Amino acid sequence: MSDELYDELILDHFESPYHRGQLESPSCTHTERNPLCGDRVELQLQVDSERRIQQAYFDGEGCAISQAAASILCEHIEGKTMEEIEGFGASEMLDLLRVRLTATRQRCGLLGFKALKTLVYSDDDTAGTSS
Amino acid sequence: METIRNDFPILGQPLADGTPLVYLDSASSAQKPRVVIDALSECYETYYANAHRGVYQFGVKIDEAVEGARERIARMIGAERPEEVIFTSGTTMSINLVAQAWGRSQLSEGDEVLVNEMEHHANLVPWQQVTRQTGATLRHLPLTEDGRLDLDCLDECIGSQTRLVAVTGMSNVLGTINPIERLTEAARAVGAVVLVDGAQSVPHAAVDVSNPQVDFLAFSGHKLYGPSGVGVLYGRREWLEQMDPFLCGGNMISEVGMTESTWAELPAKFEAGTLPVAQAIALGTAVDYVNDVGFDEIGRIEQALLAEAQQRLSEIPDLLIHGPSVEHKGAIVSFSDQRVHPHDMAELLKRKGVAVRAGHHCTMLLHSRLGVVATTRASFAPYNDSSDIDVLVDGIKYARKTLRRD
Repeated sequence: MSDELYDELILDHFESPYHRGQLESPSCTHTERNPLCGDRVELQLQVDSERRIQQAYFDGEGCAISQAAASILCEHIEGKTMEEIEGFGASEMLDLLRVRLTATRQRCGLLGFKALKTLVYSDDDTAGTSS
Repeated sequence: METIRNDFPILGQPLADGTPLVYLDSASSAQKPRVVIDALSECYETYYANAHRGVYQFGVKIDEAVEGARERIARMIGAERPEEVIFTSGTTMSINLVAQAWGRSQLSEGDEVLVNEMEHHANLVPWQQVTRQTGATLRHLPLTEDGRLDLDCLDECIGSQTRLVAVTGMSNVLGTINPIERLTEAARAVGAVVLVDGAQSVPHAAVDVSNPQVDFLAFSGHKLYGPSGVGVLYGRREWLEQMDPFLCGGNMISEVGMTESTWAELPAKFEAGTLPVAQAIALGTAVDYVNDVGFDEIGRIEQALLAEAQQRLSEIPDLLIHGPSVEHKGAIVSFSDQRVHPHDMAELLKRKGVAVRAGHHCTMLLHSRLGVVATTRASFAPYNDSSDIDVLVDGIKYARKTLRRD
């Protein structure tokens, strides 16, 4: 069954997420929540000395949109440097999802992205762990 | 049943995509019958003026209409006098009024206010606030596994230190109908007052504030088929007379001096500022409407819908209905689908024209207890019928198929 919101890409990532789980020793982690619907996305990054994201994992629970978007995000950012990520905007993130989201659902779709942005802008030479 | 549905214009209008509306969110806000909409229009079109101030023709008529509404509301809830009915903006303001105007002067260190985890934030946070302000203690009456007040713990939770018991007449999530009589007996035995949050219970069953006798009853107009923006606080006259005002300003004063003022008589003392005049009048019309349908009929229809919905939903595998069995609850069914998150459920039900609510429904404590962050809630009113339940059940199946989970 094809659906305008829950399309193949979203459902594939929701059912078989990319890098869902826990990194053994992440360089940094951050958790974002949507208190209204209880969605939670914890993003964990393994960043090397050149500030390149070697691995991105997420964990959490919530609606299909928030969880699929986090999975799509992890796949997209691996291999990129933190500098490159600085230029990665919300509209680009929403484009990656390939479905049109209402304002309410955009908050779900951008949950992992918000966690990522927090990590990027709190990232310094001693990338710490926050949650 | 068809005639009740026909009284509500919005239910006869298809949605933008042509799907009929299946409105299962009355616990959040009820739809409005034609007579209420007409009462609002009539007021604005033919005699609108501010209350309490005009000596001109409309000014007199509007006052009569507002006071007429107050009298009908007082009669509906069994209040001894109309001035025990205070118009507020809704349940939230009614409870905050009591928490501050009663609590600030009555509570001190060593005193306890008894609440419980099923309360809506509006009947919980105001008590957290005033107990913090006064040094009093907030205590929780435990709940049973199936989401009822644990009356076995009542004796140990209520005592001479208890000053007020704040309890909902009916849980907005579980649907649990609470045994107000048991609570008022226990409270009276220790000299505590009782506030009932009637936001959910008042629209569903006849209430009489003198039997069992409660000190305060708060409810909203918009859940009682009335307009938004108006609600009621019933307070026993003895208390209202003792209490200081909550909000200060126009209409609530008797004499204003340079440094202090004296207060108007009831109910004006608690009605500072401009009243929601047209809404108050139309709430009176809503009360007439509900009386015309009759609480017996409302109860009969809703309990039948509840029993059917509970049965049909319980037949769906991996779907957990929260709260007690139907004999202990009103027409609310909140559920967790182990396969579909509430946010996705509400979104996909929307495609079928079904309006339900997903979230924590302003009861975070209850949801932590249930072990979920959100639930999907379907709630029923007398304008619903079995076909609405059919669409809901089909919608849940559709949601699972769409998420490839069936």
